Amino acid sequence: MAENFLTGQETYNYKVVRQFAIMTIVWGVVGMTVGVYIAAELTWPWLNNVLDVPYFTFSRLRPLHTNAVIFAFGGSALFATSYYVVQRTCHVRLISDKLAAFTFWGWQLVIVLAAITLPLGYTTTKEYAELEWPIDLLIAVIWISYAIVFFGTIVKRKISHIYVANWFYGAFIITIALLHIFNNMAVPVGMWKSYSAYAGVQDAMIQWWYGHNAVGFFLTAGFLGMMYYFVPKQAQRPVYSYRLSIVHFWALIFTYIWAGPHHLHYTALPDWTQTLGMVMSLILLAPSWGGMINGIMTLSGAWEKLRSDPILRFLIVAISFYGMSTFEGPMMAIKTVNALSHYTDWTIGHVHSGALGWVAMISMGSMYYLIPRLFGRELYSLKLVELHFWTATIGVVLYITAMWVSGIMQGLMWRAVNPDGTLTYSFVESVQAMHPYYLTRWLGGMFFLFGMLVMAYNVFRTVKSPKTFEINDTIPTPALAH
Amino acid sequence: MEIVALIQSIWTIVVMVIFFGVLLWAFSRKRKSEFDEAARLPLDDDDSVEKKYKEKQ
Repeated sequence: MAENFLTGQETYNYKVVRQFAIMTIVWGVVGMTVGVYIAAELTWPWLNNVLDVPYFTFSRLRPLHTNAVIFAFGGSALFATSYYVVQRTCHVRLISDKLAAFTFWGWQLVIVLAAITLPLGYTTTKEYAELEWPIDLLIAVIWISYAIVFFGTIVKRKISHIYVANWFYGAFIITIALLHIFNNMAVPVGMWKSYSAYAGVQDAMIQWWYGHNAVGFFLTAGFLGMMYYFVPKQAQRPVYSYRLSIVHFWALIFTYIWAGPHHLHYTALPDWTQTLGMVMSLILLAPSWGGMINGIMTLSGAWEKLRSDPILRFLIVAISFYGMSTFEGPMMAIKTVNALSHYTDWTIGHVHSGALGWVAMISMGSMYYLIPRLFGRELYSLKLVELHFWTATIGVVLYITAMWVSGIMQGLMWRAVNPDGTLTYSFVESVQAMHPYYLTRWLGGMFFLFGMLVMAYNVFRTVKSPKTFEINDTIPTPALAH
Repeated sequence: MEIVALIQSIWTIVVMVIFFGVLLWAFSRKRKSEFDEAARLPLDDDDSVEKKYKEKQ
């Protein structure tokens, strides 16, 4: 199966890339639908008990939403693109088709298990690591298989230089393995119940070491891998500075891992640890912006392409949101700012400017690039890509502005005190004041979901249309490689 | 505990030196051509689907 039956030449493994690419779209629709539904539950609380069962309450569906969009949608996009990029930049087929297929089916099984156990209420209560221990073990096995496929392919590469995108994908794979295994160390007391191996503040610190690096390596390093491959490809220009990309890589690796404590400001965590987390978060601005500049400046001298190419626009706007949220993040990590922002909607707005603006949009751009090449068909409609781009952008902007206003208002209401020292507002008054912003956020989510549905329709029509090109999955022979 | 603090201080300096080493290595003149070539790696890998796709646009 590894050969093209017409030419007898060796081919890349596109099958697993196709599978993951399609599931990216499917899980995107599912995860965002759940997101819009829970946003509606916050706006109209009666939706929580519409059926008088606990399974669809906000508390049960919220982890389902985060797991679906991060690990199912984002994860599938990362698997698809990393398998594609590593093959095409190493000029070699994946080291094992069987193991690659195992990562696909295993990952889908994990997602299905999450979709069953989370609404049933099985949870470790660790944010972004809610899945119980049997599923965690399965994830560990799949992730190690993923590492074997990825690094095994790099080892047998035909091109001596390892392209920078692969470095980012590689760091993402290694770090997630480490984070997942250490954060989920637990003592099982039943099939669906376990207790963390760590206690008290240590548990909290391990959790946010995991939590923040899930952002740093799952939602950043992996997607930077996408940026370093798909932006140059779509723009038809080499990356702005390859040297900067190397410094970007190492600076990011050295700094990110220390930023976790900013999630625990003003808690039982020792003060010096909080300060360390704050300082490292501020330093993180430098590599983040170095990377952003590198991505955006790749277009320097070819800005006019943005006018005509909606796919490139997806990629570049994604990098702009990356710049925005990596500026906002360090600001929010400053303790005095955090005193206002923590536990408010500002945090949720910040996360979504990264998740919708950066992660989702760069994935969408990369998928629009990949689908025609994977299926040998021209995109059904570029007009629909354009429509998707605008609805997605409007959706993100509505979402994050609503959450900024709501969050800052919330923080100010909570800290307001009367001259005699009593609180000016009761908690429920702040909840009431948030209603219009919750409505706006839901509307923003609807826009974003609508765009995703447009994408799903566009991809469906593309895949169902008659084949227009020969799929180019032939591995160049060494003589042609250079 | 003093030993731990000492090791931590040394480690901080070692990591800093490594980082500046990376900077020097990445920005040394000698590697310019090598990196320019590396940056072209994904672009030199052109596929016919892409060509046809671009032409049609």
